[in-house]
Amino acid sequence: MERVILHCDINHFYAGVEALFQPQYRHVPMAVGGDKERRHGIILAKNPHAKKYGIKTGEPLWQARQKCPDLVILPARFSLYLRFSQMIFKIYQRYTDRIEPFGIDEAWLDVSDVMLLYPDPLTIAKSIAHDIFQECGLTVSIGISYNKVFAKLGSDYKKPNGITQITRENVHDIVYPLPVGDLLYVGRATTKKLHRYGIHTIGELANSDQDFLIRHFGKWGSLLWHFANGQEYSSVALASSASLVKSIGNSVTTRIDMVNMDDIRVVATVLAESVASRLKSHGFACRCVSVSIRDDHLVSFTRQKVLPLATDISKEILHVAMELFEQNIRFPMIIRSIGIKADQLQPTGHPTQLSLFVPFERRLKDQKIDQAMDAIRRRFGFTSVIRASLLAKPLLSDFNPKGDHVIFPVSFFKPQ
Amino acid sequence: MNTKHQKMYVSVIACYDIDGNITPQKVVWKNNIIYAIDKITQKIPAASLKSGGYGMRYTCVIGGHVRYLYLEENRWFIEKRDP
Repeated sequence: MERVILHCDINHFYAGVEALFQPQYRHVPMAVGGDKERRHGIILAKNPHAKKYGIKTGEPLWQARQKCPDLVILPARFSLYLRFSQMIFKIYQRYTDRIEPFGIDEAWLDVSDVMLLYPDPLTIAKSIAHDIFQECGLTVSIGISYNKVFAKLGSDYKKPNGITQITRENVHDIVYPLPVGDLLYVGRATTKKLHRYGIHTIGELANSDQDFLIRHFGKWGSLLWHFANGQEYSSVALASSASLVKSIGNSVTTRIDMVNMDDIRVVATVLAESVASRLKSHGFACRCVSVSIRDDHLVSFTRQKVLPLATDISKEILHVAMELFEQNIRFPMIIRSIGIKADQLQPTGHPTQLSLFVPFERRLKDQKIDQAMDAIRRRFGFTSVIRASLLAKPLLSDFNPKGDHVIFPVSFFKPQ
Repeated sequence: MNTKHQKMYVSVIACYDIDGNITPQKVVWKNNIIYAIDKITQKIPAASLKSGGYGMRYTCVIGGHVRYLYLEENRWFIEKRDP
C-alpha cells in the first residue's frame, strides 16, 4: 500500500502565538525578535503584514525597522512557544503515533495506517488543520505525499493555511517546476553548483544522470537524485522515540564579535564546560564532537570529528572543538556565534577499551576536576568557580549556557 | 470584525465532581452581580482569537444569551465586547 505522509508546518509560529495573546497586534506589522542587549537582535518570526514590507527572518532588527518604521517587535518567550509546540504535538497524537518533529514548529506524520478511518488524505489534513486552529488559534500548512521529502515540499507550496497534495500523477506539475533550492538538503552551496551544471529545477535534477551527479557531488549526488525522484523510504519515527536525547549542545551569540583564536577559546571553554556538565547529568559520554560557526553575514557551517574514546570530560571536548575551530576559521574574520555539540551518545557505564597510549590516570583526574566544579556550582551558583583564563575577557565569557534554554533544529538524518 | 473585544477575567463559582470534572455554575460580574449559568452546551479546548488567550472553552447559556467562558489554566475569562 502506498504510504500517506503529512508534513505540518505551523505558519509563522512565534508571531502566531504572540498574536493570540496580544490580539491588538494581529492586524499590524509585527515580528518576534531576539534580545537586542545581548546582540540576539534579529527577526525570529514575522506576521504576514510584516512580510509585505519584505522583512525576512534572520535579518537584524535595525534593518527591519528601516523597511517598516511602524514595525512592532515583541520579545521572544520560548517557554510559551514550547508549551504550544507540545499542545500541537498532542493534537497530532490523536491521529497517529508516527510523529517525527522537525524543529519546534514542523512535524511529519505517517497516517497510512489510519487511512481506513478516513475517505481520503485531504479529509484528515483538513481535520488536523481545523483542530489546531480551533484549539491553538494557529494556522498550519500541510503537505500530503507518499514520501517525507515531497510532503515537506507540499507544505511549503501554499502558505499560509494551505493544504497541498502531491501524488504520483501531479508530481510533474507541482514538484518539477520548483527551483532546485527548495528541495530538502539542497543548500546555498549545492544550489550554486547545480546551477553551474544547468540544473535549475527539481525536474531537471530528477531527469539528470545519476552517475553524473555521483561524479560531481559524491554520495550526496545519489541521495539528491533519489530525493528529486521521490524515492525516499525512511520511516517516520515513533512519537515515543522522539523524546530520547540524541545530542547535547550549546551555542551562543556573544555580546561582542570574536575576532581571533583567543576570543574563540574563551567562549569555547564556557560552552565545552556546559556541554560536559550536561552530558554528565544525563549520564552520557559522547563519541563525536561537532562545532558550528556563524559569521557577521549570518553564514554558518558545522564541522565534526569522531573521537577515538567516548568522553564526558570538558577538557577533551574543548580540545577537539578547538582543533576543529583552528582548522576551519581563517582570520581575519568576524565571528558572531559559535556552538559545540556532543553527538553519538552512549551511557557512561559503557565498557571501554583501554589504550596504551592514552594517560588514563590523567583522564580520571580531569573527570574529578569536572565533578568538583559541578558540585561547587550546584551549591554556590554558576559564577562561584570559574577558570582564570575566562577572566581576561569578561564580555565574552559572562553567560551561562547551561541555565539558558536553547532550542536546536534536529537533523533529518539522525541515527534510527 | 471591528467590534473590539476585551479579555476580562471573572470570578466563577464552579462544581468539581468526584472525577475532577469542572462545571462552572455562576459567574460573578462587576459590582458583584451574579449570573447563573443555565446550561453548558459544549466544552472543548479552544483559542480565543477575539480577546486573546486559550484554554478550555465552555459554551454557556446565560439568561438566554450564548457566551463563551474560558478556563485559562486556573483563571476564568470572558470575551467582553467594548461599548
